Amino acid sequence: MQQRQNHTAAPSRTLSKNDPPAIQALLIALTLLFFAGFIFMPLALVFSQALSKGWQLYLDAIREPVALEAVKLTLLTAAIVVPINAVFGVTAAWAIAKFSFKGKTLLVSLLDLPFAVSPVIAGLIFVLLLGSRTPFGSWLGDHGIKIIFATPGIVIATLFVTFPFVARELIPLMESQGREEEEAAITLGAGGWRLFRMITLPNIGWGLMYGMVLCTARSIGEFGAVSVVSGHIRGMTNTVPLHVEILYSEYNYTASFAVASILVFLALVTIGVKTALEHRLEGSHNTRH
Amino acid sequence: MSIEIRNVTKRFPGYTALDNISLSVATGELVALLGPSGCGKTTLLRIIAGLETADTGSIILENRDTTHLPARSKNIGFVFQHYALFRRLNVFDNVAFGLTVKPASERPSKQEIRDRVMHLLKLVQMDWAAKRYPSQLSGGQRQRIALARALAVNPKVLLLDEPFSALDAKVRLELRRWLRKLHDEIHVTSIFVTHDQEEALELADRIVVINKGKIEQQGTPQEVYDHPANAFVYNFLGNVNVFHGRVKNGKVVLGQPQPEAHRKLNGHEEKTGQAFIRPHDIGISRIRNGNDHPGIIRDIRLSGSQITLELESAGFDTPIEAEISRETWRNLELTKGDQVFITLDKVKVFAGDFEI
Amino acid sequence: MRYRFRPFPFSSIANMHPFSTRQRRILPGFGLSMGYTVFYLSAIVLVPLSTIVISTFGIEPERFLAAVSSPRVLASYRLSLSSAFFAAIFDAGAGFLTAWTLTRYRFPGKRILDAFVDLPFALPTAVAGICFATLYSPAALPGQLLARFGIELANTQSGIVVALIFIGFPFVVRTVQPVIAELETEIEEAAQSLGATRWQTFRKILFPHLFPALLTGVTLAFARSIGEYGSVIFIAGNLPFRTEIAPLMIMSKLDQFDYDGAAAVAFVLLLASFAMLLLLNGVQRWQQKAYR
Repeated sequence: MQQRQNHTAAPSRTLSKNDPPAIQALLIALTLLFFAGFIFMPLALVFSQALSKGWQLYLDAIREPVALEAVKLTLLTAAIVVPINAVFGVTAAWAIAKFSFKGKTLLVSLLDLPFAVSPVIAGLIFVLLLGSRTPFGSWLGDHGIKIIFATPGIVIATLFVTFPFVARELIPLMESQGREEEEAAITLGAGGWRLFRMITLPNIGWGLMYGMVLCTARSIGEFGAVSVVSGHIRGMTNTVPLHVEILYSEYNYTASFAVASILVFLALVTIGVKTALEHRLEGSHNTRH
Repeated sequence: MSIEIRNVTKRFPGYTALDNISLSVATGELVALLGPSGCGKTTLLRIIAGLETADTGSIILENRDTTHLPARSKNIGFVFQHYALFRRLNVFDNVAFGLTVKPASERPSKQEIRDRVMHLLKLVQMDWAAKRYPSQLSGGQRQRIALARALAVNPKVLLLDEPFSALDAKVRLELRRWLRKLHDEIHVTSIFVTHDQEEALELADRIVVINKGKIEQQGTPQEVYDHPANAFVYNFLGNVNVFHGRVKNGKVVLGQPQPEAHRKLNGHEEKTGQAFIRPHDIGISRIRNGNDHPGIIRDIRLSGSQITLELESAGFDTPIEAEISRETWRNLELTKGDQVFITLDKVKVFAGDFEI
Repeated sequence: MRYRFRPFPFSSIANMHPFSTRQRRILPGFGLSMGYTVFYLSAIVLVPLSTIVISTFGIEPERFLAAVSSPRVLASYRLSLSSAFFAAIFDAGAGFLTAWTLTRYRFPGKRILDAFVDLPFALPTAVAGICFATLYSPAALPGQLLARFGIELANTQSGIVVALIFIGFPFVVRTVQPVIAELETEIEEAAQSLGATRWQTFRKILFPHLFPALLTGVTLAFARSIGEYGSVIFIAGNLPFRTEIAPLMIMSKLDQFDYDGAAAVAFVLLLASFAMLLLLNGVQRWQQKAYR
């Protein structure tokens, strides 16, 4: 299996740069096997199940008013969450990447938080904060402002779950680009916003877009946190993932998969856009260092 | 615009970058800040530019105290080691940048900007590249654009931070000469930072040698090279042989017989000292001449225009390196193992314990 | 290729050129950006998280202990932790394998595979959940296939582990890929010229070099899987003591309006999360040092 080297004789052929073909074939086959079972099968399943009762039922399930409401809510949430978190991401990346200060490491670790905290807890904390148990929450209740079990609650919980994405993309990017262009702009007389708008922003454009794509994908797909916070009121506080769950729990499998196929479609689009952007992003990084 | 630096100190956690530095630069001068890495020269440059702040001291530009002025108001041109061109703007927009960000009341018209930018691009011989982007240019070309960009706003002072160290050797030489010519034309007060003594010697009107945050010496290239103030400057500014010996009665005792110390030293006690002599100040001949030391050639190195001989001589603890011209080498027909006589005329002696 | 879970360059942040922090800063906007960042994080993250802590300290210790150490809850911790652990281990193998073949080999369809590594990340967890639920059920082909071998995945821990494998997979791949890509061929050539076999080169030189990155990816996957909810609840069947994951315990307490109980269990899980973050931080820092 392995190449055998004759230790005493000088290698008479060129040193091979990679693993022997047999090994390669084996490992590739294993990889494909894994992908087939874990990645492509679920994918195929969604569509096969969704269409198992024919196109007509598929389209009906998608066009059902409740489903459409869910789509609207999901998209609305994303439309609110992504710009807000983009602004946060750019701001945080500016502070972190271009300056040095105490406590930076702590701040940066906070950005990993949503990856380590269960989405259910992400929902719970807002229920606790904004529900009627806290003084803040009861104040809201007295004034008839509904946050939990209504759209604002969903938006806030999604904000929590998706806040790091843009920042995590921009920080390494801005660090690799360094401070020199901004310093040069300063010596040439540019002021704060000018500098940011004309120099920094164009430099981070691709990274920003990439981060926003990830943020969008996550906010559309968030399930656990939204599940806690939404109250599951059909037609009003259901996002698409929640709607999928409800249909499934009613044994309405075909419809459930039909609606799920929307999400799968969006996921595929996300993957496509991501891949397209990655090349641009590589170019933005400074390779000088 | 004249520059005066008064008592500037800058400390970073763990070390002092600049220790009470004072320095004057006359209008139109081209001054080199020369020193090893980490000696504080770049820090000083950045403080003058306003890109760093000093702990104490002041920076006076043409009688105006600009120490606390923000960088953007200082009207100083800065050229970075790695060019710092705006990668998203083309060459024209890069050079025009300083003019386009001027407040509306001061901003020249579009036509004026265009004229000025093209004039500068012609000056740096890059007018053909106006629409190109920095990524499409070579290092030398980028640095010329960076220079044009800095000059566009008519700065009173031009600061250059190791402007050529990121370039190939040949390009470095070309740009060095070209910068000197440019300065002769434009006469803007300029300070540049370098660790390359050749560069400093060739370019500058005046050299300021800095080591560990302090100024070791300042003067014209001639002064600093021929009359170094101490061992550090001597060693930094060129190749040098260092011999350890004892200083007694104004003479340094090394080898046999003794070379005359060229600086009479005070005091008559015996001290340890170091004698310095440049390789090209050493004379080689086949015939003994008075104070000459006999020596044997151990190695001959042919490096370009000069020949370097490595010699061994009784009484000297280290090999002696001598530089002779090709002509001398040919005339004397020197080969390895030959016995020759070494003339040590221009020896400089620094008494006491010195560390290089 | 751009890899998303590249660990933060902590040490590069720490080693940045020491700018003047005492006097005014040269680049503009520090105050504003820092202020907004701190404000936003406090409002969205810190204050809400503190409600868990505050709630917990508001409960009498006995009630707290009763809530977090009831047998059912303890079983759920065990289940979440062990399932995440097994899944992370499997992902270590599958992820490493995938990263290796995608980076070093050429074969048709490689780019598609590379893009699809991110599917578990881009796909909503609920969709993954219903997929796996259907796949496991005896009605579906895979379910029947596995049943032939006597393996049942529905309503078992194994099923949970499989779903978690799916979820954690991209984390491992994307963390290891860049490091494999940056392996210098000269090192391998040097080893070979000194007489090492492929396997020896891999075992003694390459793998130890890749191990820190692998560990980082596995830790990320593990941390993620502990709290995973959406993809698991559809398949788990939620049988008490057998397939109830910890987040589900929180959910069910919420359904019963037992806010205190929910907060208590969440508190324990949060402790685990923070422990994971600390671990992750430490591992990433080790990785940064290792790749100097």
